[in-house]
Amino acid sequence: MTAAKSGTGPVLDVRGLTIALPTHSDRPEAVSEVSFSVERGEIVCLVGESGSGKSVIAQAVMGLLPDSLPLTVGQVLLEGEDIAHAGRDRLRQLRATRMSMVFQEPMTALNPVMRCGDQIDEVLREHTALGPAERRAKILDIIREVALPDPERIVMSYPHQLSGGQRQRIMIAMALVLEPALLIADEPTTALDVTTQAQILELIKTLQARHGMGVLFITHDFGVVAEIARRVAVLRLGRLVETGDKDAVLKRPRHDYTIMLMNSVPDFKPHGRPIAPDQPIVLQTKKLDKTYAERGWFSARRVVHAATDVSLEVRRGQTLGIVGESGSGKSTVARCIVRLIDPTGGEVYIHGEEIARRSHRALRPLRRKVQIVFQDPYRSLNPRRTVGEAIIEGPVNYGLSRSEAFERARRLMDLVRMDAAALERYPHQFSGGQRQRICIARALAMEPELLIADEAVSALDVSVQAQVLELLEEIRERLNLAMLFITHDLRVAAQVCDHVAVMSQGRVVEYGPANEVFVSPRHAYTQALFAAAPGRDFAFGQA
Amino acid sequence: MAATGDTRYEELSVEAADIRPHETTWQRVKKSGSVRLGGAALAVLLLIAAAAPWLGTVDPTMFDAGSRDLVPGKAGEMMTLDGDLLRHTFWFGSDSLGRDIYSRVIYGTRVSLFVGVVVALLSLVGGILLGLVAGYIRWLDGVIMRVMDGIMAIPAILIAIALVAMWRPSLSTVIIAIAIPEIPRVTRLVRSLVLTIREEPYVEAAISLGSSTPKIMFGHILPNTIAPLVVQGTFICAAAILIEAILSFLGVGLPPEIPTWGNIMAEGRIAFNEYPHTVFIPGIFLTVTVLAVNILGDGLRDTLDPKMAKRI
Repeated sequence: MTAAKSGTGPVLDVRGLTIALPTHSDRPEAVSEVSFSVERGEIVCLVGESGSGKSVIAQAVMGLLPDSLPLTVGQVLLEGEDIAHAGRDRLRQLRATRMSMVFQEPMTALNPVMRCGDQIDEVLREHTALGPAERRAKILDIIREVALPDPERIVMSYPHQLSGGQRQRIMIAMALVLEPALLIADEPTTALDVTTQAQILELIKTLQARHGMGVLFITHDFGVVAEIARRVAVLRLGRLVETGDKDAVLKRPRHDYTIMLMNSVPDFKPHGRPIAPDQPIVLQTKKLDKTYAERGWFSARRVVHAATDVSLEVRRGQTLGIVGESGSGKSTVARCIVRLIDPTGGEVYIHGEEIARRSHRALRPLRRKVQIVFQDPYRSLNPRRTVGEAIIEGPVNYGLSRSEAFERARRLMDLVRMDAAALERYPHQFSGGQRQRICIARALAMEPELLIADEAVSALDVSVQAQVLELLEEIRERLNLAMLFITHDLRVAAQVCDHVAVMSQGRVVEYGPANEVFVSPRHAYTQALFAAAPGRDFAFGQA
Repeated sequence: MAATGDTRYEELSVEAADIRPHETTWQRVKKSGSVRLGGAALAVLLLIAAAAPWLGTVDPTMFDAGSRDLVPGKAGEMMTLDGDLLRHTFWFGSDSLGRDIYSRVIYGTRVSLFVGVVVALLSLVGGILLGLVAGYIRWLDGVIMRVMDGIMAIPAILIAIALVAMWRPSLSTVIIAIAIPEIPRVTRLVRSLVLTIREEPYVEAAISLGSSTPKIMFGHILPNTIAPLVVQGTFICAAAILIEAILSFLGVGLPPEIPTWGNIMAEGRIAFNEYPHTVFIPGIFLTVTVLAVNILGDGLRDTLDPKMAKRI
């Protein structure tokens, strides 16, 4: 500890950390022999796909491991003091004062029934002997430091009165109010929109430089890594496969796994595939509108415009991307086109036939032409039906016999590169990426002309995402499908789209060929959105 | 985004680790201590009910004025309707009419379990149909739920008494009278489940696959409500057994000649001070049965609850 106080030696030094998993898990250890360090004044990114054990490491450092995951071997040195087996009282002293943590979801990490100021005050009351006036001054100072406007008002606000980004700033303020030596940030920007994310990343960088603390930043997003890290540690199935400086790991990866990951990160540049001219229009929307009216008996009507004046078209064999932040109305448009919700105004044409106004009965023959793949692979398949039943459901609805439908399902499994034996099994026996392939097969079983992918790869890890994107691309080409690709991820959009529509607050603010929009965005919002994309100019896997 | 060949991908991917070893629901249910205990106790009761005639019982309606108010374990004689004299040991004693309490309690098990199970099934079926319709067909929601609220506003036991009073007391009227006040509870549960499940992407996928409304309701939504309904069913079963006993005890349930635990207790009440066993013995059977059903229900809830199922 003496070395630490004088400012030499790493802030955090993890040595041979091994954490056991309960018996009957997929592997014996959550984390195996992981060693890395965080120096004073540097940001180390711990990256890995889901299940790699990165959050478990953060919990181990903070002493927050559940009893089911015991720390078996290894040391966790915080400023030279081994806290791997520290008692509860000692850990409580250290938390907030020497080490702090910022979590992914700022809404659930803050107490919803406590004012933000009181939540920060709680930390001060617990760990310092300051009087009320000093504490208040300190709270206002830290709120100013995390660049929140009007500190007096923020102190009196409840979490729900603030935006996601503001809430995350409060979390950071709480974590930093006692100037800890180590900040652990566990996916702090994952739940935020890209423009907010950019601001929070900037804030963490600024504060880190100003206070000279060590930051352990956990993320799965390589764009974020490129933006913020000085050094990177790559985890795979609980083992550290590669550590090094950011440029070394991201540009000249040595381990096969890291190389594969870097190859999987989509480029920010549009793909530049030639667009075949004069293809027939498959989907056209004209001034599509969707408003939600909140009707209260005693209150005034409140109208929410989810989509306004949306006019788009998709031709056969082409992909139109709709990009935008959460709440921009992109999914609303998709759901109106599939008629999962009824548009309030405007027209939707599928091959020239208007469907926005049709009754559900009259719509039925046209439903098969438009199919959709959803975001969450864990919720898009009925857990009580076999994969085969799921895939044949549509064709059977439209009069195909079960045996013919199963024959088609077998062919489709081949197309999505899965074993036909999967048809007999239930969804829970498959991973997220495999389930998404099954969902694609289910959609294709209808032989649609328009395939809508509503954030279809957003829930997948980057390597799996690359596989599914490749599959979608191959299918679009082979079946000459029109595709509507909805995503918040600009990299993915650049990779797959021929045309791009940028949506903000329910309106299309910019619409054009991907090459033009990505290279020279005209609308101010598009420019801001693209500028905020983390690591946009970083060349992954290229020295 | 370079294409990584499939073999290479398999080798490097961590995706395989995504699939956790999965215990089937049935395996989890079998492991639960509560399910085993409650299930075993119920199995014994079911055996008793099924084997009632061979467990040393006599006709539970037969009485002999010479063997009135016997204490448990006492031997006595009974005259059958054919005039034969039967030597019989009254293990649980006899009541004020000279009926064998042991035989009545054992045969009463049949009535209680039958009432419990049939009421649970009836109210589940009624509640499922109403709940599905209310949850999925929105314009019927208001109508159905307000009727259900109306029924729920009246105490269950009062509705049952009123219904039995309206009809002739018999097994079927008692069952229906107990089932009706239970239906709104099931309807509410099913409706709330439907409201969540109907928003699931797999239901939306079924809509876009052109599946008909009945197919979505019964093929996609209903199977996903089964687990909580099984649990609810056990609690209804326990409640129904109790309500039947209460109705019989109050004299508004099954006719007194039918041996039910409630009837036995009602008759024993008069001479309770001298012969408390006439109330206690059927009371103990009633308690054990209701407890067994509830323990089974608790165990099922713990194992079938989807939140608990998500643990590693």
